[in-house]
Amino acid sequence: MNLNYSDNEMMAISAGRFIKNGDIVFAGTGVSMLAATAAKRIYAPKAVIFFETGGIDPSLDEIPMAVSDLRVMSGTCLNSGLIEAFSIVGHRKLHTIAFLGAAQIDKYGNLNTTSIGDYHRPRTRFSGSGGACDVASFASGVITFMQHEKRRFVEKLDYLTSVGWYKGGDSRRKLGLVRGGALAVVTNLGVMRFDDVTREMYLDEYYPGVSIEKIIENTGFEIDVSRARQASPPTEDELMILRNEVDPQRLICKA
Amino acid sequence: MGNDMEISDKLMGLDAAVKRFIKDGSQIALGGFTVVRNPMAVAYEIIRQGIKDLHIVCHSHGQALDVLIGAGCVKRLEIAYGGNGRYAPTCIRFKKAIQQGDIEFEDYSNYQMSLRFLAGALNIPFIPTKSGLGSDLLTHEGFSEEIRKQRKVARKKLSVMQNPFSEEEDNVVLLPALNPDVALIHAQYVGEDGTVRIKGLTFADIEQAKSADVVIVTCEEIVPRSFIRLDPDQNSLPPFFVDAIVKVPYGAHPTGCYGFYDYDPKHLNMYRTVANDDEKFRKYLDEWVYDIKTPEEYLNKVGAEMLMKIKANPVLGYAVGLDRR
Repeated sequence: MNLNYSDNEMMAISAGRFIKNGDIVFAGTGVSMLAATAAKRIYAPKAVIFFETGGIDPSLDEIPMAVSDLRVMSGTCLNSGLIEAFSIVGHRKLHTIAFLGAAQIDKYGNLNTTSIGDYHRPRTRFSGSGGACDVASFASGVITFMQHEKRRFVEKLDYLTSVGWYKGGDSRRKLGLVRGGALAVVTNLGVMRFDDVTREMYLDEYYPGVSIEKIIENTGFEIDVSRARQASPPTEDELMILRNEVDPQRLICKA
Repeated sequence: MGNDMEISDKLMGLDAAVKRFIKDGSQIALGGFTVVRNPMAVAYEIIRQGIKDLHIVCHSHGQALDVLIGAGCVKRLEIAYGGNGRYAPTCIRFKKAIQQGDIEFEDYSNYQMSLRFLAGALNIPFIPTKSGLGSDLLTHEGFSEEIRKQRKVARKKLSVMQNPFSEEEDNVVLLPALNPDVALIHAQYVGEDGTVRIKGLTFADIEQAKSADVVIVTCEEIVPRSFIRLDPDQNSLPPFFVDAIVKVPYGAHPTGCYGFYDYDPKHLNMYRTVANDDEKFRKYLDEWVYDIKTPEEYLNKVGAEMLMKIKANPVLGYAVGLDRR
């Protein structure tokens, strides 16, 4: 088997490694869908994948292309609606991990998926919050997928759609959000985490073949790299399951 | 099925349903979600009838929203998300319209919009949530004060207050209820008695329908009363919520309909290309909307080959092995 891997494959595997049995995993589209499915097939068979649209624990024999995809309704334990879905994300008895993506992120893991430039007349308009703001408010932890670029890792967001650690320290709790926060950021270069006290982002792992300097260069704010170590590359087993079982049509793996 | 159907006064054609219930400036709730169960047939009819200045309220919407915006039918929008999954991560005409300042818009989240429909359905003026605290959804108002004075527009986007039941500092977000003029729902089945059954995920369709003044349901099939009443646990809406029923097989195409057909990847890919070009988009509207006289003509355009490809496996609900690139 070809052991060369794509960025999306490395990102899906890096994120999947965070998931534990018993976790309830909230999946979005694209790499996040790949990561959630990989997590369940490889690391945490007792994790449950569910979607904001209301599909709980679908069989996922084919990879969904949207969170409303018919494939998220097939083989589920239950098909519900949006309100029920968000009651699960924030449920006090459940440990929920949400996968999100964003156009911009700041050092506290706050996300922008709304617009760049003036809000009323933006230079670039994106899709908007969807369920992102909701899960960022409610989930036990959020893992965000990003392309690692200076223009995306910014000092100040153009619009704060989804709250991570807000302004750092205990500012998130003071807002009135009872739990959660940014758990990790998984990019095409490495994995970032957040300091337990300051809640600032630091480099946790850089991928094989990626230098720490490259990550510093592509981050638009100062990032602590003192704790960085090299990530282990995907194993043959991980790649095999990802390619043959999770995304056999290679709809997302390839990119 | 025949003369004794209980819904004969509600059964009508697309043409009549839109003429009777949708006016310039109507506030419309769109059912479905991004690429699934969009009320496409009604959206196309709205465009054909030249209805303008619509105020759309929705959570995550895709194809129907984008076509309506592109055709110039939408003036105002309250929305959480405009996207078509991988086929257009941000809906293209939606994006253009906002960037060019062509429409008035207000951003909420999916849960917030769903709760606003629920509040409307419950006939309460507002509803609390913890969602959005600290976000710019709370600090940035899209609508001007002038718009805020208009019909069916809440006087404020939202309000943050201290939990009145707690001594400790504890903020909640209050969201204004929505009661749209019309909710558009595409369902798999409507019974001869008018009962609606949505298969697969219902999204916020049920809350939307109950919050609206008028509900138009398009459906794949009208089924016998004996069938719809055999397993009532499966049903979504009782008959008295529904004002118009239109049988339109493939009425959600090119979006999917669980158990009946998948989304049409070829059409959605083609749409992404044409939507990016004003001239091509105009031709698309001519070809797929204005020049289409009957539902049969539309299906002929989609073609037997694609209809077979997207045909859902009735057990799994989707088209197995469909080329979705």
